[in-house]
Amino acid sequence: MGLNQEGGYIRIFMLGWEFPPFISGGLGTACYGLTRAMDQLGMKVTFVLPKMVGSKYSTHVKLLSPSSRSFSGSYKIAGLKNVKFHTIESPLQPYTTPDVFQQRVEETLRQKREMYGGSVSAASQLIGEIDYHSDMCAEVGRYAVIAAQLAENEQFDIVHAHDWMTYPAGIAVATMSGKPLVVHVHSTEFDRSGEHVNQMIYDIEREGMHRADKVIAVSHFTRSIIISRYGVSGEKVEVVYNGVEHNSNWSLTETSIGKDEKIVLFLGRITMQKGPEYFLHAAKKVLEVMDNVKFVMAGSGDLMHRSIEMAAELGIGHKVLFTGFLRGEDVQKIYKMADLYVMPSVSEPFGIAPLEALNNDVPVIISKQSGVSEVLTHVLKVDFWDVNEIANKVVAVLKYPPLQLTLRSHGNFEARKLRWRDSAQKCAKVYKEMLVSV
Amino acid sequence: MPSVCFYFQVHQPLRLRHYTVFDSTDKYFDDYKNGFICRKVANKCYLPANRLLLDIIRRFEGRFRIAYSITGVLLEQFERYSPEVMSTFDALAETGCVEFLAETYYHSLSFLYSRDEFIEQIHKHIEAISVFGQKPRVFRNTELIYNNDLAALIESMGIFDAIIAEGADHILGLRSPNFLYRPKGCNKLKLLLKNYSLSDDIAFRFSNRDWQEWPLTAEKFARWISNVNGNGNVVNLFMDYETFGEHQWEDTGIFNFMRHLPEEVLKHPDNDFKTPSEVVECYEAIDTVDVPHIISWADTERDISAWLGNAMQSNAVHELYRLEKEIKKTNDEKIIADWRRLQASDHFYYMCTKYFADGDVHKYFNPYDSPYDSYINFMNVLDNLQSRCAKEVSRGAFHPIPKSAATRDFFGAGSQNKNPPNLQTVN
Repeated sequence: MGLNQEGGYIRIFMLGWEFPPFISGGLGTACYGLTRAMDQLGMKVTFVLPKMVGSKYSTHVKLLSPSSRSFSGSYKIAGLKNVKFHTIESPLQPYTTPDVFQQRVEETLRQKREMYGGSVSAASQLIGEIDYHSDMCAEVGRYAVIAAQLAENEQFDIVHAHDWMTYPAGIAVATMSGKPLVVHVHSTEFDRSGEHVNQMIYDIEREGMHRADKVIAVSHFTRSIIISRYGVSGEKVEVVYNGVEHNSNWSLTETSIGKDEKIVLFLGRITMQKGPEYFLHAAKKVLEVMDNVKFVMAGSGDLMHRSIEMAAELGIGHKVLFTGFLRGEDVQKIYKMADLYVMPSVSEPFGIAPLEALNNDVPVIISKQSGVSEVLTHVLKVDFWDVNEIANKVVAVLKYPPLQLTLRSHGNFEARKLRWRDSAQKCAKVYKEMLVSV
Repeated sequence: MPSVCFYFQVHQPLRLRHYTVFDSTDKYFDDYKNGFICRKVANKCYLPANRLLLDIIRRFEGRFRIAYSITGVLLEQFERYSPEVMSTFDALAETGCVEFLAETYYHSLSFLYSRDEFIEQIHKHIEAISVFGQKPRVFRNTELIYNNDLAALIESMGIFDAIIAEGADHILGLRSPNFLYRPKGCNKLKLLLKNYSLSDDIAFRFSNRDWQEWPLTAEKFARWISNVNGNGNVVNLFMDYETFGEHQWEDTGIFNFMRHLPEEVLKHPDNDFKTPSEVVECYEAIDTVDVPHIISWADTERDISAWLGNAMQSNAVHELYRLEKEIKKTNDEKIIADWRRLQASDHFYYMCTKYFADGDVHKYFNPYDSPYDSYINFMNVLDNLQSRCAKEVSRGAFHPIPKSAATRDFFGAGSQNKNPPNLQTVN
């Protein structure tokens, strides 16, 4: 594995997202898992990712060889010997919508202003110097230009871009270098926005898929969207499932929270795509027949306030807890407390979180409208809109310990079989086929 | 001079309807689906197979003989959904060449959980079989579940001459299933053992194109039977009746195979066909077979793990039998019948997680998407039955209902302890 046509290791120019310790969702988890597995297989990866300016987490990264270039930095992370990182300063983040983007740029400018003593002249100077485009589309384009410049000094065989914001960069790098392009679809605009798609984003996605030599979809569910909604020919689209990290070494002390109450967990971004309202409606139904249960919604998102209101309107406000966005050890803690994890996603290209829940010995209920339901059998599956059935299954898991026990033991075993190593090998196979046909 | 002894198992469960924790109706069964499946299987299997066998019996004027075991729950469904099947079974019974065996009316696992209930269900089945003008002399337990205790119990009932079991290698060792045996601890009862190799050639391998003996012809199969000559008295071919037309579809040639098999078998002058009772009458038991552990005819394990292999299965079955006393106390026919219908082994088979991910034979017979869905559905129904029962008991009786929910033991281990020690207060 990992050999290219010249007999050397395949070298990948990867346009990805987020690396630990600051991962905000499945996209970052997938990029990290896949890249780490590629590293272990001996594949050489140049990993390019956007870095928020003034991000308070930026100091967490071990910078082994900081670059002096103003718009980008490069470094290595201990433990990943075949991966070289480049960051490009940019406000682009996963799950960004144009509205959020605007807010984020303004926030950054405000922070800078504070940093530089609030002097108006200094601030305006700064804006002129950094020259952020307030328009997201333009920022995606600017990112592509810098990525292409970066690529000039790099040696690679394949360009691999993850999700739409990096597709223009992928196209630019592939065009300039003449190397084949793979776009990796972790989600589509239809998953995120239902039928109310943002035309600009759709166009960028469509162009990326059509200009790519191969498209990797995270599930057959997503593959069929790519074929039917983006008009991509089926033979160009390969399915590579995600994996899950096995963090069996986590040894957390038991939390002291009293457990006479059952806990049902929703963990993910609180957005339309994740179906928070179905979770709440199901919760209401569960509470009609059971009392000693609490519903925890862990995560943040544009529907968080709406969800808090909805819980109150349904009269179950006292039974629903909102934790906000959780990271690192807090995620492990919440899994330790949970009796059941529910993912009522309206449209979920894959869904890594249920695998993590199983990995933490929490049984799961997942929506049938998800990619992960193609690979899991020892879980409970529901249609996201069927709140009656979601509630029925929640009650059953809480009421019948043998059900919980069987789901947990078989589910954990099944999740263990989904390894990033297999995903990386599948990617390598796709690369090789492309390199041979070039 | 091997005799060929055919026995066909005829059974269809009553499938439950989708029943959530929010449902409260006392209608538990999916009448539409059960009617649909019953008629479908009748058209694909029961009717054509009955007509074929009737035809063969008439053609050979008594030299072709077979046996059936038809469960009570299926007889009820025939009456309701496809009475024409009953008339063809009647016609078969009238030929005098067909024997009907006894089993538990509800195709239940009651032998393992309640001896009283087990015996009641056998008597109920015997009564049902009387419509064919017969009193069964041979017993077969659900899924050929068997051990020494079962044989002893059946002998003690005093109405049976023989019992049927799987000819599993691990109980026979080097001995052949083609003889009659005596169960260990029995004096009179004889044991007929299934020749699983030849039975499965028809039931499972018949249409398998990867099998080196494919295609299986009647002539070839008759030759294998004749090969037993000199090393056996009887070849017991026991299988699901649905083998014909349902498990092996008509286009595999299964009906044609059966049509020609009798004449091929009878070409050899030493061969004949016998029903289980005739076999018992004709041959003596040659040895004792000791089966201390429970066996069955299922899967390669030949054990009961297909019904009781995981925590959900064992919990569901224990919870069900734990209700026995309460249920019977109600004296309510409908409640008792519902409780008994829930005993069909099929409900527990659907909860099996063995091989589930591989999508094999277990999946084919499963009306649920997953074993978990089946458990949830069953438990919701059981919960409703329990509350109906509690309501009925409190209406009829003055003594308080035992607080079953409080003493609920999820793995049912405690429920086997029928005489819990009195708790003495310490002063």
